[in-house]
Amino acid sequence: MTMLAFVRGPAMQVATLILIAGMFWRLAGIFLLRRRVAHAAARNPFAVRLLGGAVTVFTRTMPRRTFWPRVGAGVALSYVFHIGLFIVLFGGAPHILIIHEIFGVSWPDLPKGAVVVASGITLAALILLLIRRLSHPVLKMLSTPDDYISWVIVFMPVLTGILLSGETIASYGTLLALHILSIEALMIWLPFGKLMHVSLVFAGRFVLGYNVSRKGAAT
Amino acid sequence: MTATEETLGDMLARRGFGRRGLLKFAIAMTASLALPPGMAPAMAENLAAAKRQSVIWLSFQECTGCLETLLRTSSPTIASLIFDFISLDYQEALMAASGSAAELTLRQAVAANKGKYLLAIDGSVPVADGGVYSLTGGRANVSMLEEFAPDAAAILAIGTCAAYGGIPKAYPNPTGAVGVEDVIADKPIVNIPGCPPIPEVLSGVLVFFVSFGRLPDLDDRKRPLAYFGTTIHDQCYRRPFYDQGKFAKSFDDEGARQGWCLFELGCKGPTTHNACASVKWNNGTSFPIESGHGCLGCSEPDFWDQEGGFYTSLAGGTGPGWQDSGIAAAAGIAGGAAAAFAARHKTTKPDQEKPE
Repeated sequence: MTMLAFVRGPAMQVATLILIAGMFWRLAGIFLLRRRVAHAAARNPFAVRLLGGAVTVFTRTMPRRTFWPRVGAGVALSYVFHIGLFIVLFGGAPHILIIHEIFGVSWPDLPKGAVVVASGITLAALILLLIRRLSHPVLKMLSTPDDYISWVIVFMPVLTGILLSGETIASYGTLLALHILSIEALMIWLPFGKLMHVSLVFAGRFVLGYNVSRKGAAT
Repeated sequence: MTATEETLGDMLARRGFGRRGLLKFAIAMTASLALPPGMAPAMAENLAAAKRQSVIWLSFQECTGCLETLLRTSSPTIASLIFDFISLDYQEALMAASGSAAELTLRQAVAANKGKYLLAIDGSVPVADGGVYSLTGGRANVSMLEEFAPDAAAILAIGTCAAYGGIPKAYPNPTGAVGVEDVIADKPIVNIPGCPPIPEVLSGVLVFFVSFGRLPDLDDRKRPLAYFGTTIHDQCYRRPFYDQGKFAKSFDDEGARQGWCLFELGCKGPTTHNACASVKWNNGTSFPIESGHGCLGCSEPDFWDQEGGFYTSLAGGTGPGWQDSGIAAAAGIAGGAAAAFAARHKTTKPDQEKPE
């Protein structure tokens, strides 16, 4: 069995099963955790609390103006990286093709050149974020192995994707195998590290906003 | 002068085929073999001085498609190869003799050219159950291969079946089909895969061997680099559409009519090494992609069993299926629930926390 056949077959199946099991494990674990019983009467009716949760999902997309000088660079780079990754993931023709094969839905793809440029910008943003993490004393102190592992796990698919699009360094088959393998590594790691925020970030903000609204505080 | 002592130059001169004609042929072959043009005179000289190369061709577990296609080679024709450059001493489908006469011919040819003949094999070698699934004259193919390979100068594994097992090796491979290189490890082997292989590739390899007395440079899968050094994708005339992201979505959509890239329809050109896109088929008429169908990857090992089949793009793969995914989800929920309940028992109940 060639490496490409392996990553397109058994490895793909194992990675997908681990991703699914891991995601449900994390979500079920969080959902079933014991919660404090709120004895105080709610300050806002249910509809307002829901609205508070929904509003928080958006208001927390930007830091308070006071913090911009300190965290602005990091936030901006993070946005560049996330938007770039979104464009690559949902604009690249092969990626749309996979989504279509799995879920039966598709949409027009972006020109390959646009996706390559987005990949390059994403890669540059990732590198700058790592430099910032390593050079910022507080951020460096707060960093855990999860941060670095997650960085590598995200960096590799973008890097191998760019190499694959240019078909340089190695043959198409080798680069494709490496690209798929790096994505499978991401799939396996995703539920168990900070990358899980993919499925928790908006829900977390909503719950926060809902609880704050219940207490009658501004969201 | 006997036929075996006569050089190719003598024979061609006797037929009125001059040095200029041989040089023109050598120039064409050096181009085909991706050799420097300056080697053409040397090739012509070597060819003129060479004696006809003995080739013993054994057909194993195969469909005769390889031989069919090789009979239709155009440059040079297999007929001219047989009569001019090689001495095809044994080939069951082409020779007049049969039965014991054919077997006698085989043994005489082997004895007369011991250590010098090229052993050409088409078809896979079934090894399960002692190789009983493919017999010639009551003998298992694997037994014949093991008998005739040691005295060969080199082995040509012609077609994907002989090279890697091919279609007979497809899952579940009931005959235990393997390629020649899986049986013979101590002989120079050239794999010329393809289902069928490109005839001009065989011609090129034979001419190179006759000219220089050695096999051409090979890649890591023992394929002639001159023909298998690049992928179909690299030389495909639809490649610009791939680079522009223009893909046919079905075989009859506007993209297909415009001749756009067939990647999304399962074309295996990017991972398939062969010369189809440059040498082409039927005297250079076209090749599968030019006819509107994606490459099947027939010159690669196990092409029949590739993940997702012929019409799944290389970007995709084979996922676990909805049932297995459901089981994984259920297992995840069970694990998560168990972890949550374990955590509940480890921590102090929030409602029973004592005020500070």
